[in-house]
Amino acid sequence: MTQFGAKIRSHAALIPATIVIGIFMIVPILIILVYSFLAPGDYGGVKPEFSTDAYQRLLFQRDLFDQMVFDPAYLKIAFRSVWVAVVSVVGCLVLGFPVAYYIACQSEERRNIYLLLITIPFWTNLLIRTYCWILVLRDTGLINGGLIRLGLIDEPLTLLYTEGAIALGLIYTYVPFMVLPIYAALERLDRRLIEAARDLYSNRWVALRHVVIPLAMPGIIAGSILVYIPALGAFIAPDLLGGGKNLMLGSLVQLQFSSARNWPFGSALAMVIMAMVLLCLFFYARSAKKNGGGIQH
Amino acid sequence: MTQKNDIRWLPGFNWVTLFFFLFLYLPLFILVVFSFNASRSATVWSGFSLEWYVKAFANDDIQRATKNSLIIAVFSTTFATTMATMAALTLSRNRAVKRKNLFGGVLILPLMVPEIVTAVATLTFFSAIGLSLGLGNIIIAHSVFCIPFAYLPIRARLDGMDENLEAAARDLYSNKWATLRLVTLPLLMPGIVSGAMLAFIISLDDFIITLMVAEAGSTTLPIYIYSLVRVGITPEVNAISTVLLGVSVLIVTVSYLVGNKK
Repeated sequence: MTQFGAKIRSHAALIPATIVIGIFMIVPILIILVYSFLAPGDYGGVKPEFSTDAYQRLLFQRDLFDQMVFDPAYLKIAFRSVWVAVVSVVGCLVLGFPVAYYIACQSEERRNIYLLLITIPFWTNLLIRTYCWILVLRDTGLINGGLIRLGLIDEPLTLLYTEGAIALGLIYTYVPFMVLPIYAALERLDRRLIEAARDLYSNRWVALRHVVIPLAMPGIIAGSILVYIPALGAFIAPDLLGGGKNLMLGSLVQLQFSSARNWPFGSALAMVIMAMVLLCLFFYARSAKKNGGGIQH
Repeated sequence: MTQKNDIRWLPGFNWVTLFFFLFLYLPLFILVVFSFNASRSATVWSGFSLEWYVKAFANDDIQRATKNSLIIAVFSTTFATTMATMAALTLSRNRAVKRKNLFGGVLILPLMVPEIVTAVATLTFFSAIGLSLGLGNIIIAHSVFCIPFAYLPIRARLDGMDENLEAAARDLYSNKWATLRLVTLPLLMPGIVSGAMLAFIISLDDFIITLMVAEAGSTTLPIYIYSLVRVGITPEVNAISTVLLGVSVLIVTVSYLVGNKK
């Protein structure tokens, strides 16, 4: 048997999965990369002419005299997406870190129950979980209804259709992604390190700050990335909880491929999201190399 | 359990954890409770009733959407799990394969790309090659992003398995295929079942990719729910959502129990 033949044989079982992902995932992403440099077709699709209009539209708009003028509308949406995603990451961290630490300190039996309880909502329908928050946040929802009944307020507070509602929805959805990697990092934490710190007269919080948090850092970084990536391209939370006026990148992309029918612009926006994700992964890979660790599965 | 005399104890962390679990489960609890509400109101309680479930189950559109969702989930789970098992076996057991990290990276790529990007890329690709197979398009798209969900538990199980058992079988003159069939696969089964179940609910629950890829007439349950939610909040939505929620929770719990079996 030739060497090539042997090589194919040893890889044979790998081929279906790799090819399927290659054809239906990698090739399509390359296609939208190409599309982002083409002109939009009249009814969706593209015309085969080279154009950088799609990228220019991110920053500029043609005015009445066909001059390109700076227009921050889309830039604002991009900034809002990054801002909401960062707020979500911080929210997940503030809420998730104490939980991960608390669980890591439990007996093994209890840990497994807690972990299952954290994973279950993650596997339930994202749309439904987000929809639940409409029931809680809307004007006649539980929070407003409760506050009015208690006589604390007369008029319902505007909770739904705000950036805060989007961030809340994203935190709710992605907080398990933060808890699990931090937990994985803390699970093997040697309690003698904390004892040593306490013996050397540091109080509980100083020990947390100088011993536990540095050791949890790989988990914190991995968790932040796992939350940041899906939050940036989120569609459901901005759509349902943000209403029409708080557009984010994800909904903007979806819009270009549905009603706005500007595929090149939608592709360019998708490329912007991809670029931000890749940048993020690049920094992660660099810091992982420095720390000598990787994502803990 | 951590007590106040434990060196690791930090005041307040137990309360944050309690708050966390309330935060995680209270909204779901509210959804379920109000699906049994007697009145049309989705937020004011006025008595127990199964009316909305009866209405939801009798609804033709819901029946059709459920059927589509199940067909898609069954086929994509089968494809994804088969491919993932083959790939995991090769990457874990075949020493001749080089660049294992690269292949492993490709297999979990669908997890790294934001869903909206996958959605529009797949839509663009299908329209560029003129593929129009109805449910087939959705099945292809789902099979792709279900691969990593099936792959990870299967790979984890394989890596935790004692390779000596397979070596012993080979020593006893069992050939490669007999070893695979009689030793490796039975031991691997919990991993495969657990991976398949995760792939199944991921397919059943997928929304954004299906929304972009689906053609007219291929409405799935999440898409149907979305169309209802956009129009307004009705207890009927709560009822279907509760059913879908129940199915997911059931499958995840079973998958967890099977996957952790020693």
